[in-house]
Amino acid sequence: MDLKDWFAKRRERRERENLEVKQLLPTEDYCALWKRCFQCRELLYTRDLRSNLQVCPHCQYHFCIGAPDRIEQLADPGTFEEIDAEMRSSDPLEFVDTESYRKRQVSAEKKSGVVEAIVTGTCKMNGHLTALGVMDFAYFGGSMGSVVGEKVARLVERAIELSCPLIIISSSGGARMQEGILSLMQLAKTSSVLKTFGDGGNLYISILSEPTFGGVTASFAMLGDIIIAEPGARIGFAGRRVIEQTIRQKLPADFQTAEYLLKHGQVDMVLHRNELKDKLTKMFEFHKKKNKEMDKALVQSSSKKAGGK
Amino acid sequence: MPEVKKQVPLEFEKPLNVLAQQIDNLESQLTEQPDLEPELRHLKEQYTSLRKSLYSNLRPIDRLAIARHPERPYTRDYFERWDPEWIELHGDRHGTDDSAMVGGLLDLGNDLKIVAVGTQKGRTIKEKQSCNFGMPQPEGYAKALRLFKHAEKFGLPVVTLIDTPGAYPGLAAEEHNQAQAIAINLLELSGLTVPVVAVVTGEGGSGGALAIGVANRILMLEHSVYSVISPEGCASILWRSADKVSDAAQSMKITAREILELGVIDGIITEPLGGAHKDPDATAKAAKNAIMAQLSELVKLSCADVRNDRQNKFRAMGKWRDQ
Repeated sequence: MDLKDWFAKRRERRERENLEVKQLLPTEDYCALWKRCFQCRELLYTRDLRSNLQVCPHCQYHFCIGAPDRIEQLADPGTFEEIDAEMRSSDPLEFVDTESYRKRQVSAEKKSGVVEAIVTGTCKMNGHLTALGVMDFAYFGGSMGSVVGEKVARLVERAIELSCPLIIISSSGGARMQEGILSLMQLAKTSSVLKTFGDGGNLYISILSEPTFGGVTASFAMLGDIIIAEPGARIGFAGRRVIEQTIRQKLPADFQTAEYLLKHGQVDMVLHRNELKDKLTKMFEFHKKKNKEMDKALVQSSSKKAGGK
Repeated sequence: MPEVKKQVPLEFEKPLNVLAQQIDNLESQLTEQPDLEPELRHLKEQYTSLRKSLYSNLRPIDRLAIARHPERPYTRDYFERWDPEWIELHGDRHGTDDSAMVGGLLDLGNDLKIVAVGTQKGRTIKEKQSCNFGMPQPEGYAKALRLFKHAEKFGLPVVTLIDTPGAYPGLAAEEHNQAQAIAINLLELSGLTVPVVAVVTGEGGSGGALAIGVANRILMLEHSVYSVISPEGCASILWRSADKVSDAAQSMKITAREILELGVIDGIITEPLGGAHKDPDATAKAAKNAIMAQLSELVKLSCADVRNDRQNKFRAMGKWRDQ
């Protein structure tokens, strides 16, 4: 048996196992034993990389990670309860470019291991009940169509219902072209429910990861009470190439990176992935107290009113 | 009498222009050769019928060309026709007055006083440059927001006119947080308790258009377009080819009729034959009537109902399947 066969067999076995064990695990990533760091070019053993939260141990490059991995990193084990797990696009425009949208959906599903560009649900985070939405760039470039918009809206409504903090981790190229104007309207839909959420005094923390652009930054991703960016993540409205073509000048090398945004006052902090969960928990504790006080005040004032009658 | 005045030519109007030229030639010879009269009449009839058939079979790419026609009425043209004495309000109050976004106080008559806001493309080269070709900077959106808040404070209905290729993609725009400027407008517009009516008059270019388009009622002019990305952008990303613009325009469903069918907008305002630029006065009048009709209904609602009406409208948008 030569080495090639060995890899092929191994891949087959892994695929089988993955199918059987957890449908949430993205398959292909786990087949490769080694991954090369995009930044320092160091060869990394995938198991080490995984245990290091998909951050290069040599240069701290933060790899773009899928929704299932991210949920595993943040949620207390076994606490994540997915909502709207089977919601899929209905291809409202019957869109065809060089290939049909339907076909592209099937291959995107295979490639990413998720059925849409966002996974939403509730979980416990170091014991705190949280509404969590995680975008997955591997599915259609994390683009927002009707499904992403609806799932975000329902997640926000769930958070209102549970009166718990909301966390959305974005990773997206923008609105999904294949759903045309309906995708654009999702910007308004998600912002509108966030208005109601915010009016209720609830905490929304938005986390921007590599990459977050277009319609997603122009709606829910930039509306967080607190906005956290991952190191090196590229974040912006228009893409770098579009801007270069428009203004016909070279842009700074660090343009649209998380650090650049921090310098320009657009995000609150740039956080290493291994600090994320603990910092979030800490923030919950700050805002929980405030919420409870407000609730108490509200209850008191309404009971006074009731008593007055 | 068909109009034979030569204007900025549109690609699909080429056969019309050939006819117009022939008519011109004949007319100049008419004084010397009166017997040409019947032929001339025949040509003019042909012109009228051809024009009618051309305009009843427009492809999306043709409408895109009309929507971008350099003589198309722009926001200021509407404001001036609706209220010649309208009061323009300037500035975002933070150091900038973005000319790509204009707004002010308008009296539409019939006891309807409004705050009107719209994106402005320039007519001359100089104006185009100062308006950034109708692409607002974050400061432009902040200016719009300031005007929306003014309307909210004084209980004035808001009318917005949308005609923009999109938000400006530039270095300073990104540094000043273009994305958040749009997002904040979406959030705040959705919370207004005064009625909002938006009209897409030309190009409705993506988030930059929606940032002033979260309205209780959305109307589109007959030949205007509204899309998530420009057909050029879509063609270059999905087809990887600049000559597939027509295909992209077709696939994305960008015309008023298609968008009405998708349930996103509430009505279409008919344009004069040949497009709004053939008769700006009539277009402005038709737009005003359509807006007034919508507003007269909306002003009857309570503040809470106005807000709920708008939020429910956008909450219901989108199509999906649960399996």
